[in-house]
Amino acid sequence: MTQTAPWTRKDVEARLADDMARAWLGEALAEAARAAQAPPTPPSPYTSHTWELRFAAAGRQCGQDNADAVRTLLLTQARAGLDTLTRLYRQGSAAERRAVLRALPSLVEGPHAVHLLDDALRTNDTRLVSAAVGPYAAAHLDAHAWRHAVLKCLFTGVPLDHVADLDRRARGDGELARMLTDYAAERTAAGRDIPRDLHRVLTLTGEKPQRPQEL
Amino acid sequence: MRIFDPHIHMTSRTTDDYEAMYTAGVRALVEPSFWLGQPRTSPASFFDYFDALLGWEPFRAAQYGIAHHCTIALNPKEANDPRCTPVLDALPRYLVKDSVVAVGEIGYDSMTPAEDTALAAQLQMAADHGLPALVHTPHRDKLAGLHRTVDVIRESNLPTERVLLDHLNETTVKHAADSGCWLGFSIYPDTKMDEDRMVTILRTHGTEKVLVNSAADWGRSDPLKTRKVGDAMLAAGFSEDDVDQVLWRNPVAFYGLSGRLQLDIPEPEGLHEGNSILRGGE
Ligand SMILES: [Zn+2]
Repeated sequence: MTQTAPWTRKDVEARLADDMARAWLGEALAEAARAAQAPPTPPSPYTSHTWELRFAAAGRQCGQDNADAVRTLLLTQARAGLDTLTRLYRQGSAAERRAVLRALPSLVEGPHAVHLLDDALRTNDTRLVSAAVGPYAAAHLDAHAWRHAVLKCLFTGVPLDHVADLDRRARGDGELARMLTDYAAERTAAGRDIPRDLHRVLTLTGEKPQRPQEL
Repeated sequence: MRIFDPHIHMTSRTTDDYEAMYTAGVRALVEPSFWLGQPRTSPASFFDYFDALLGWEPFRAAQYGIAHHCTIALNPKEANDPRCTPVLDALPRYLVKDSVVAVGEIGYDSMTPAEDTALAAQLQMAADHGLPALVHTPHRDKLAGLHRTVDVIRESNLPTERVLLDHLNETTVKHAADSGCWLGFSIYPDTKMDEDRMVTILRTHGTEKVLVNSAADWGRSDPLKTRKVGDAMLAAGFSEDDVDQVLWRNPVAFYGLSGRLQLDIPEPEGLHEGNSILRGGE
């Protein structure tokens, strides 16, 4: 499932297993809200604001399946700015990094956080790649980086359903069509089948395959 | 046979190992942070390593259907290098992470004053973070090292029932058991400790609070030693329940003291069209 819209507090509360987890979330959100009001005090390199400790502990307190939602909610509530997001990403576990990536569309206007997408797209961790190709990528990745992100999804098995705004960005992209066609030829030459998603995105480009006999 | 390897350094192992471990019954493991063979010269090298234990390595393990947790610490060997000791200041931000289930491995290497300082400081951090501690016993001067280790633990704020003493053998098991700590045995392909001697220890000592691990790393080691101990136990007349206690329930109970174990990893689907499979990408 692609999560594009931000989670609301109500959604998340409904998903939590028990009242203990809901109480924990309530306190965590209150701490995050206080941090949003307070004048920014940069934490020392080695300690964190209390809501950031909650950010780290979300998996064990609310369940791994809810961790993305809880963490994203905390980031929104704290109105985390670019510096905070960058720090939490760099100091985060893979799960925490994923939450930062998911929160970008609602917290960062403009392309200032693209360095975090670049970092995630350099990994081979499909959980990160998948979180990096959301709406923020659709809005701010340049053409070259976006095409490589699409190709990376095909390479690592991330479903292209996870790529936000695929239709709009692929439409009329002759260079993407060329890259897809070349990739298909490489697969065919190796005697391997072609991912179904490749045909789909190639169709979306609206470009004719250069070597239709190989597709 | 379900197996939890409570001490194995997967960073140094291949995907073949993961596959063989899954086939042998391994469904969960703990990877303690340790020395990498090549000494590090700056804290940043440690941070990249810790990040791998919290990111890439759990991802790799999940692809093979194995739940990966880790322990984080400045190891005793590198605690002796003043270029590395600032790692201690940064540990608190790692010890709050979801998949960190203990402080470790800590303990003594050469029993120096710098190692005293690092051990005491990290036992305190374990107490502060509600975590148990994985404490290894030194390979050289082991019995004296064990005595000193137990003394330091007793002086700390961490109760002995939240400590796992590792790399034990026939000469150290008695004193370790008397201390009230959990008992870890690393089974190696050389003379340090093998599966038949392990069975003998289990016969005299019993199965309570005993954990068996492969401690497999970049040295000569075997990631399937846990399974081999299970087979040797059965051959020697132990019950399936005894084996399950040693190879699964005891490690779950010890690392469960952290309140952070997550053992529900979905079964691997097999490789998808030769690409790395998607796991947890939803
Ligand atoms: Zn070790």
